[in-house]
Amino acid sequence: MIQQNAAGPLVAGQADPAKAAAVEVIVDVRDVHYSIGGRPIFSGLSLQAMRGQITAVMGPSGTGKTTLLRLMTAQIYADGGVVEVFGQNLADLGSEETFAMRKRMGMLFQNSALLSDIDVFENVAFPLREHTDLPEPLIRNLVLTKLNAVGLRGAAHMMPAELSGGMARRVALARAIVMDPELLIYDEPFVGLDPIALGVIQRLIQQLNQALGITSIIVSHDVNELASIAHRSYLMASGTIVAGGTPRDLAASQLPIVRQFMSGDPDGPAPFHYPAPDLVSQLLGGAP
Amino acid sequence: MSTAAVRDGIILRSLARIGHMAIFLAQMLVQCGRVLARPSLVIAQIFNAGGRSLVIIMLSGLFTGMVLALLGFTTLQRFGSTEALGFATALALLKELGPVLTALLFAGRAGTALTSEIGLMRATDQLTAMQMMAVDPMRYVVAPRFLGGLISMPLLTAVYDVIGLFGAYVIGVRMMGVDNGSFWSQMQSSVGLKDLTEGIVKSVVFGFICSLIAVYEGYHADPTAEGVGLATTRTVVASSVLTLLLDYMLTAAFI
Repeated sequence: MIQQNAAGPLVAGQADPAKAAAVEVIVDVRDVHYSIGGRPIFSGLSLQAMRGQITAVMGPSGTGKTTLLRLMTAQIYADGGVVEVFGQNLADLGSEETFAMRKRMGMLFQNSALLSDIDVFENVAFPLREHTDLPEPLIRNLVLTKLNAVGLRGAAHMMPAELSGGMARRVALARAIVMDPELLIYDEPFVGLDPIALGVIQRLIQQLNQALGITSIIVSHDVNELASIAHRSYLMASGTIVAGGTPRDLAASQLPIVRQFMSGDPDGPAPFHYPAPDLVSQLLGGAP
Repeated sequence: MSTAAVRDGIILRSLARIGHMAIFLAQMLVQCGRVLARPSLVIAQIFNAGGRSLVIIMLSGLFTGMVLALLGFTTLQRFGSTEALGFATALALLKELGPVLTALLFAGRAGTALTSEIGLMRATDQLTAMQMMAVDPMRYVVAPRFLGGLISMPLLTAVYDVIGLFGAYVIGVRMMGVDNGSFWSQMQSSVGLKDLTEGIVKSVVFGFICSLIAVYEGYHADPTAEGVGLATTRTVVASSVLTLLLDYMLTAAFI
C-alpha cells in the first residue's frame, strides 16, 4: 500500500502505528535540504531504514543517490533537516564519535576502493589490524572465513590490480563485513558486473541480511535486481523521495514518475533532455 | 578589474593557501606522534621515498663531483694551487650542491611519486574507504609518507655528498694527477663542523618543505586524472622554487 507521508512523498508500510513502532529505525533522514554551489540537490528529502531489513534507494542517474549515502555516513552534512544513524544526529557528532559510529557500519563502494598497495588478504584484514588487538592466528582465520563466504579464499594472495571487477567487489564486501557491522551500505553494487557476478553479489547481500540480520541500504538504479531482495524501496527524483513502499507496491504504482522509472521510458516526468534552449534557435545561432 | 584588485586577489589567495597548509601541517603533526609508535609504516615510506631514489641520487652525485673536479682543476691550475681541489669540491658539495641538488632531484622523483600516489588514492576512493573504516588517512597515509620523506632527505644528501667526493677523487687524483695526500688533507683541515652543520640543516629544511608540499598537494588533488596531473606539476614547481629561495636564506643566515 502506498501512502502520502507528512513530508510530501508517498511512503508505504506505516499504516499500523503499533507495528511501525516495533521496528527499530536505524537510519532516519528527515526533511533534508542540501545544495552544491547554489544548485539544490535535496529539498525536503525523508526516508527511513529499519533494523534487519534491506532498504533500496533507487532513482535516475544524477539524482543524488551517492550524495545521500555521503550524508548518511557523515562525509558531508545537510544544510537543513536531520540525519540520524543508530539514534545519533550526525551533525552533533565530533570526529571521534563519528569514527565510533562508522565502526558499526560497513560500506561497499561502487569502484570497490580496495587499497592498491596491499594484497587481498591484507585488505580484508585491514580493519581488524586497525581496530583490534586480535592475535595473528585469529585474524588469519577471520579473514579466510570472510573470503570463503564470498568465494575468494583462493585469491587471498592476489593484488587488487589482478582482480576482475566482480572479484574486487566481492573482496570489498568481505572487507565490509569483517568487523561484523550492524549496517551495510552498498553504493551501486551491481554496476558493470556480468550476469554471473551480479547474481553472486545479489545472493550474498540477501544471505548477509537473512543469516546475520545485517541492516542493508542499497543505492542503485537496477530495478529488477532490487525487486527480488529489498524489503522496502524508495524512489528519488527532483531532490526528494517521490515514492516508497515494498517493491511490489512500486511495481503496481500508477504514479507517472514511478511508471516511467520502472518501465525505463526515456521521457516523462523525469525529462530525457537536460534543460537547454530551443534546438532550432541554437543551431541557427540565435542562442548561445 | 584594476591592477590593485588583481594584486589583492593574488595576495588573499596566497594567504588563504598558506593558512590552509598550516592547518594541514598541524593536523599531520598531531598524527606523526602516533605514527612513530608504528615504525613499520614509516620504514616502508623511507624505502619508497629514499631507497627508490638512491640510483638517481648516486648517479647525479657522481657526475656532479666529476664536473666539479674537472672545472676546479682547470681553474686552480692557473693559480698553481691544484692541491686545494679536495677542499674546494668538498665545500661546494657539503654546503651547497649536495643539499640543493638532492632536494631538486627528490622533488622530481619522490615528491611527484608521493603526490600522484595520494592523489590516485583520493581519485579511487581509497582515502574515503579508510575514513569509512574509521581509519584516519592522515595517520595511515599522509603522516608516514611525510616522515619518510623528512628522514630520507638528509640520508640521501649524505649519500650524494660521499659519491660526489668519490667522483671528484677519481677525476682529480686518478685522472688529473692531483696529489692524493694533498687532496684529502686539505679537505680534512679546511672543512669544519660549521660547514657540515650548514649542509645538514639545509637538507632537513628542504626535506621538510618538499615532503610537506608533496603530501599536501596529493591529499588535496582533484579526484580526476587531470587533477592528479596538475597537483604533481604544482609539487615540482613549488618544491623547486621554495628550495632555491630557502637555500639563499639559509646560506645568508650561516655567513
